[in-house]
Amino acid sequence: MATNITDIKINTMAEMAAKGETPEVLFWVGCAGSFDDRAKKITKAIVKILHHCNVSFAVLGTEESCTGDPAKRAGNEFLFQMQAMTNIQVMNAYQVKKIVTGCPHCFNTIKNEYPELGGTYEVLHHSQFLQQLMEDGRLKIEGGEFKGKKITFHDPCYLGRANGEYEAPRNLLQKLDAELSEMKRSRANGLCCGAGGGQMFKEAEKGNKEVNIERTDDVLELKPDVVAVGCPFCMTMLKDGVKLNEKENEIEVLDISEMIMRAKDL
Amino acid sequence: MEYIDNILFTIILAAGIFLFAKNIKKVIRNINVGRNIKVTDNIGERWKTMTMVALGQSKMMVRPVAGIMHIFIYVGFVIINIEVVEILIDGIFGTHRILSFMGGFYYFLISAFEVLAVLVLLACVVFLARRNIIKLKRFVNKDLEGWPKSDANYILFIEILLMSAFLFMNAADGVLMSFSFNEAMNVSKEFSIAATKIFGDNHVGAAYYFPVSAWLTGFLPNSPEALHLIERFCWWFHIVGILAFMNYLPYSKHIHILLAFPNVFYSNLKSKGQFSNLESVTNEVNLMMDPSLPPPPADAAPPRFGAKDVNDLSWVQLMNAYSCTECGRCSSVCPANQTGKLLSPRKIMMSTRDRLEEVGKELDLGKNPFEGEKSLLQDYITPEELWACTTCNACTEACPINIDPLSIIIDLRRYLVMEQSAAPASLNGMFTNIENNQAPWQFSPADRLNWAKEND
Repeated sequence: MATNITDIKINTMAEMAAKGETPEVLFWVGCAGSFDDRAKKITKAIVKILHHCNVSFAVLGTEESCTGDPAKRAGNEFLFQMQAMTNIQVMNAYQVKKIVTGCPHCFNTIKNEYPELGGTYEVLHHSQFLQQLMEDGRLKIEGGEFKGKKITFHDPCYLGRANGEYEAPRNLLQKLDAELSEMKRSRANGLCCGAGGGQMFKEAEKGNKEVNIERTDDVLELKPDVVAVGCPFCMTMLKDGVKLNEKENEIEVLDISEMIMRAKDL
Repeated sequence: MEYIDNILFTIILAAGIFLFAKNIKKVIRNINVGRNIKVTDNIGERWKTMTMVALGQSKMMVRPVAGIMHIFIYVGFVIINIEVVEILIDGIFGTHRILSFMGGFYYFLISAFEVLAVLVLLACVVFLARRNIIKLKRFVNKDLEGWPKSDANYILFIEILLMSAFLFMNAADGVLMSFSFNEAMNVSKEFSIAATKIFGDNHVGAAYYFPVSAWLTGFLPNSPEALHLIERFCWWFHIVGILAFMNYLPYSKHIHILLAFPNVFYSNLKSKGQFSNLESVTNEVNLMMDPSLPPPPADAAPPRFGAKDVNDLSWVQLMNAYSCTECGRCSSVCPANQTGKLLSPRKIMMSTRDRLEEVGKELDLGKNPFEGEKSLLQDYITPEELWACTTCNACTEACPINIDPLSIIIDLRRYLVMEQSAAPASLNGMFTNIENNQAPWQFSPADRLNWAKEND
């Protein structure tokens, strides 16, 4: 029986601190996960899995602020560092140790760029944390509705090339008893969805094709039932690409967490 | 007049080395135009990476055809150059095949060099074909119009000529030795004995040939005088050619054969996603957030944020530019380049080197190269190129020698944004949103947790 998100008690760090408690992990939701309608569904899927696995977690809620990733990639180091230092002050005040993010951009920034500014934490992308839960026996994934379906995984640049994590998402998908196929460009050779480096927030420069269409062509060539993603921006880009090709009834674009949620009927 | 050859050789050798040293010093001076950053971390890891990536060519093999061909040329180049030691000694002291006293081992060495020379020839022909007949996309790209395209072809032609000279020299020598081994050629007794073992007692009048060049003897004349002339011509052509080629390096992309090693050694070992932290900005942000901190001394020059010209880049970034072989693997995987945008990571590196060489010429004239109107940003690399980048790191992943075009793109963007406020309007909108709403979109920060109250 699928649960409603409103049936789950979602603590903020402030609420937990007031009770004198410390959660196992801070779930860093991210701006897309907080505000973008499609990405909010991913956020809820992650929360449902964490809840199902009895993980003690909390969010920062209104105390969370953009990590500064898009500002930094676009060259605005000032704005990035302002954001970073504000977030670090908040997280250090709560003595945060372990962070799980729903977005590889937040993951990369907090993991790699916050330490030099005074924020050192153990940071995991949600696919890595879910893999840990699986290895610890806290999360059991067996088949479910994706059994026998053809699935391909689109590597997010900031999880894959930027941080060398190619296996965690695939290990999770393997558990769904699906047919996992690779696009012609995958892993270290994966093609960007076109959203990184601030591109999400601007018009593309002049060219002869949109990057997300180029990537969607890789998807269409493979004809999968599902394209699995691990990033809210890749989600937007590929969803748009599939829709533009009028294939949205044949090919679903889903985050790994959403697939696990559905396979387990959470 | 007996020693004229030796003297002439010594003069040419000394001049070749002198010129080369002079031009390499200029390259080093140009690289040092860059900001002085210290790279002293993880020395063990750096040696390991250099061994794997530069010495072991591990990233070249990602594309197997080019990878194997490149290894032929690379191994051939390094090993055949052992022969140069003998050529130098022979040239200076007027000896002939001085190392032939090693006998059978000498025969083995020369034979191995010949096999390698054939592999080098094969690879050069394949490479020429890929550039000029098959016309692989990355080699007929507009980045390479003009000099870069010729440069690549010259390098391959020179290598073909050098290897041919080496093989014909051996062929002519082989025939001469078979005419009259000891008297005419003054080759050592040990070699004669070894040759006897290999070819039997009847070696006089029979062939003394090395395995590959033996096939070329059919093209040679019969007279000993003509053979001797050919042998001498090829010998001189080979060594003078090598000296000339060495002096061509500083003007060519081919300088990668030297710089690839330090380039990989000093390359980025951190996660590719970790962009550099600007400490100058940290100081300013700290002051903004905590006004009680002491302000910087009034006479301190305000730092420049990001890079406008080559002297704002680090020496490692400038060495990257000199090390680039313009193979274009970066651009062939760049999402922006593949979708017809102006950005080409290869061109970023080539433009950086072009600008740096221009700066070098100004320095030669004793001028201050940074006083004029020209700069790397705008005159060599345009904002349109910079704003097409998705920072996906495909270029840095693809580079066989760990060049980092992305770091230059980001440093130039930083200058555009922080010094010139010249970001595209939509990105300025994103910045404003982050400042006001703590998110790149215009949502109220108070609504951040609304998702928790919304059932689907």
